[in-house]
Amino acid sequence: MQASNKNVSAAGDWVEVGKLDDIPQLGARVVRASGGDIAVFRTADDEVFALRDKCPHKGGPLSQGIVHGKRVACPLHDWKIQLDSGEAVAPDEGCAASFPVRVEDGTIYLSLTPNEGCPNK
Amino acid sequence: MKEKLVVIGNGMAGMRTVEELLKIAPDLYDITVFGAEPYGNYNRIMLSPVLAGEKTIDEIMLNDEQWYVDNGITLHKGKEVVEINRARREVIAADGTTESYDRLLLATGSLPFILPIPGNDLEGVIGFRDIHDVDKMLEAAKDKKHAVVIGGGLLGLEAANGLKEQGMSVTVVHLMDTLMERQLDRPAAEMLKKSLEERGLHFLMGTETSAIVGKDSVEKVHFKDGSEIYADLVVMAVGIRPNIELAKRAGIHCERGIVVNDTLQTFDARIYAVGECVQHRGVTYGLVAPLFEMAKVCANHLAQYGIGRYEGSVTSTKLKVTGIDLFSAGDFIGDENTEELVFQDAARGVYRKIVVQDNRIKGAVMYGDTIDGTWYFDLMRDETDITDFRDSILFGQAHLGDSGHGDDNRVAAMSDSAEICGCNGVCKGDIVKAITEKKLFTLEDVRAHTKASSSCGSCTGLVEALLAHTVGGDYSTAPHLKPLCPCTEHTHDDVRATIKREQLKSVRAVMDFMEWKTPDGCSKCRPALNYYVLCAFPEAHTDHAQSRFINERVHANIQKDGTYSVIPRMWGGGTTPQELRAIAEVAEKYKVKTVHVTGGQRIALYGLKKEELPGIWRELNQAGLVSGHAYGKALRTVKTCVGKEWCRFGTQDSTQLGIDLEKLTWGSWTPHKFKMAASGCPRNCAEATIKDFGVVCVDSGYELHIGGNGGVKVRATDLLCNVATAEEVLEYAAAFMQLYREEAHYLERTAPWVERVGLTYIKERIVEDDKARREYAERFRESQKYAQTDPWAERAEGADQHEFTPLKVIG
Ligand code: SRM
Ligand SMILES: Cc1cc2nc3c(=O)[nH]c(=O)nc-3n(C[C@H](O)[C@H](O)[C@H](O)COP(=O)(O)OP(=O)(O)OC[C@H]3O[C@@H](n4cnc5c(N)ncnc54)[C@H](O)[C@@H]3O)c2cc1C
Ligand code: SF4
Ligand code: FES
Repeated sequence: MQASNKNVSAAGDWVEVGKLDDIPQLGARVVRASGGDIAVFRTADDEVFALRDKCPHKGGPLSQGIVHGKRVACPLHDWKIQLDSGEAVAPDEGCAASFPVRVEDGTIYLSLTPNEGCPNK
Repeated sequence: MKEKLVVIGNGMAGMRTVEELLKIAPDLYDITVFGAEPYGNYNRIMLSPVLAGEKTIDEIMLNDEQWYVDNGITLHKGKEVVEINRARREVIAADGTTESYDRLLLATGSLPFILPIPGNDLEGVIGFRDIHDVDKMLEAAKDKKHAVVIGGGLLGLEAANGLKEQGMSVTVVHLMDTLMERQLDRPAAEMLKKSLEERGLHFLMGTETSAIVGKDSVEKVHFKDGSEIYADLVVMAVGIRPNIELAKRAGIHCERGIVVNDTLQTFDARIYAVGECVQHRGVTYGLVAPLFEMAKVCANHLAQYGIGRYEGSVTSTKLKVTGIDLFSAGDFIGDENTEELVFQDAARGVYRKIVVQDNRIKGAVMYGDTIDGTWYFDLMRDETDITDFRDSILFGQAHLGDSGHGDDNRVAAMSDSAEICGCNGVCKGDIVKAITEKKLFTLEDVRAHTKASSSCGSCTGLVEALLAHTVGGDYSTAPHLKPLCPCTEHTHDDVRATIKREQLKSVRAVMDFMEWKTPDGCSKCRPALNYYVLCAFPEAHTDHAQSRFINERVHANIQKDGTYSVIPRMWGGGTTPQELRAIAEVAEKYKVKTVHVTGGQRIALYGLKKEELPGIWRELNQAGLVSGHAYGKALRTVKTCVGKEWCRFGTQDSTQLGIDLEKLTWGSWTPHKFKMAASGCPRNCAEATIKDFGVVCVDSGYELHIGGNGGVKVRATDLLCNVATAEEVLEYAAAFMQLYREEAHYLERTAPWVERVGLTYIKERIVEDDKARREYAERFRESQKYAQTDPWAERAEGADQHEFTPLKVIG
């Protein structure tokens, strides 16, 4: 089992955060955690992803962006961030920490232990 | 010591020769240039777009003065050479400056031909040749009304179009009974005339000018048939004549032009000549492509390589009037030995004629869709046998061997030696090589590296198609029309038309029907589509919140730190103690960081948390304050001054008018933000002349102004018309806004939109056609029925709660 797989929480610290239907398709909601806000996104085909709610550019709240495909356009300067990895789409560079999430029977579970790879600022 | 090269004339041909020379033999000569004009070297072709207000002088400079310094060239600008002393090998300028030469290059261009008629030297009679002429025309357009352009050829029509764009009423007088008879046959010329008339130009065909009359400056133009018209500006564009006086005086053999051989040498072997001043194999030229070919050959000989000969050029013509596409080349009239292939679609405004002899193209004329012009031109120059595809040749190159994949395939099918940029003689092969080797991605890059599309710009479409083809993927594919975004091939106009025709009422429906290339669009196209369906079906569309930018989704402006600002409406810039008290209370209660008086005459609260917004709105609502839409592509503010009620100069009640305008238009969504103002007199304290719609009150009523812009690129408004009553102001405002709402592209402010479609067009719809105006206004009012609900009140009541509450709070 790999710690970096997004659907697996290495720490096993799954928290129930809400229902799939609480998030609009192509939208996002925020989970307030002690380590900082986490944005939980829902795509057109109901995939769910979680990223630190802070754009690698200048910290814009990604949860407020426009979701398209598996990307979100940051509301401040329109960088495109990859939802599955947290990586900025070239030519921009940088990444936001991603968090494991899974959906079971319409309920979303989130782990607060970020995947490896991107800095969790 | 280096040899000395002196160049007379720093125009397009002369400086191109020097550039070519520097490329191959940078250190051979000490170069000195004389230029009668007081500038570096500029792109003369682009004077037409400058006159039409589409470009500035700065944008058309080719080599500024620093370039001469950087290349060690001595530039004597503003100095006209008046004598060449061939015995002493010297040139002498009017101010006495003298330079000696080992080799001399004449590039004196040509002069506008001035008709030998009485009054041709009156103030207000000019040619169209240089910056000075354009300045004079722009100056005249400021306070003069009536322009007469004599000559309905390329130059005359470009001058006429430019003057019309500058707001003058323009009449073109042409001796022949069809326009551009040297480049167009009758059907194409008729189509051209019709579309120019639709844009507001007037024509007097088959008319000969007999005199220009006036006391100090021109007042009237008289014609042979006894008729006359008023004029306060006359532009002579009846032809050009090679500028050969100087050469003649120096005893250099001239006929119509300075006679040169295939190495561009005159009869004095030390003296070369290039450009419009020369006559080569009996031919003189008036377009840049042949001059640039001459420049290459001439530079080669000056560099002492001694290879390359100039053997004359075949030319093709395009007209640089934005929105009109025409192309012609070769012998397009034909005779008893030729056949004609003709295609005409009057409804679409498309016409093509190809003249063929022995299955080879002799000439072509095209009007409307000219994308295949280059292809025909190449077939003609290469004398290709067209037997195999003769029956489909009129349908264009895309028709050969594929089922219509369009321009991408068309450029793919071109041979590497096919010329793309006629002005600079750049072939497909050069461009593709530059794109791949230098990793170019943008049109600008290609221009910088190859010069293609950098002169007159009419090959821009082809260069873009080549980029698309070579770089693949993301780059847009349609050469003439820009797709809305990389998710689709369709243009804004296409999309808007399809939405109406097919009754597409949601973003999803549009993307499905128009076969979007990405599953759910992007942050560029989704907001555009959402607006387009809203505008087309105000009552029946489905708004898609997730396709709106965050500000419009939550009705507040996001700030750099993720907090929000709130700006309530203050009708016409007015407020009350009660409203101010409510704002003060909210500001204290929610610990607002900054309270700012905005540039739009209202008060903004900054640094608010998203969760607090509904609560703040509820309290503001209670005092009667509603959303100011400061966040939206929507009606923003209506600035006013105090007007007649208080001001000693006020002529009308501009304050009440502003309030009425805002009550009429608030809540409406627009392609980009929309701002208004009403000033009580021409002192214009409300800055109405940089607004999308501005009203300046005058004694007799109201001046209506449109298309102004502060911001990034300031543009003063155009005067739409004067009206007498406040009711009319409201009707015109509604109609103008609706026309803009229905026809502009998303994110296009009124300023660029007005420039794109032309003031004349807008006047035709709104001012001249009473019925159309009433219908636009009526559609506006109808759509306002659905738009005028306060979004803050809805959210204070609980709408869209998920936007304002976290999904979960942990710990
Ligand atoms: C608040 C305000 C500045 C202020 O504190 O005074 C303001 C603030 C912003 N302006 Fe402005 N503009 C404000 C008046 C203006 C004016 C003056 C006016 O309206 O009379 C102009 C020039 C006039 C014009 O638009 O022609 C102006 C020209 C711009 C532009 C350039 C527009 C252009 O066409 O070139 C932008 C950029 C854009 O829209 O893309 C812009 C964009 C912005 C944005 C929306 C930038 C952004 O995306 O965040 C700012 C939002 C801050 C916020 O949260 O409120 N703002 N902005 C003013 C709000 C007026 C209001 O009451 O609604
Ligand atoms: C408005 C306009 C639009 C045009 N549009 C097109 C187009 O779309 N496509 C196209 O191919 N062509 C177009 N042309 C034509 C094109 O601009 C000319 O063919 C080209 O500029 C000619 O170059 P040249 O160097 O021969 O002459 P010019 O560019 O005229 O340069 C000659 C220079 O020499 C200077 N000079 C003359 N005598 C002296 C002297 N004794 N001492 C010092 N200096 C002197 C002049 O002041 C001038 O600056 C257009 C021309 C105009 C005016
Ligand atoms: S000028 Fe306008 S856009 Fe620029 S910082 Fe000020 S408010 Fe922001
Ligand atoms: S902060 Fe996200 S793009 Fe600038």
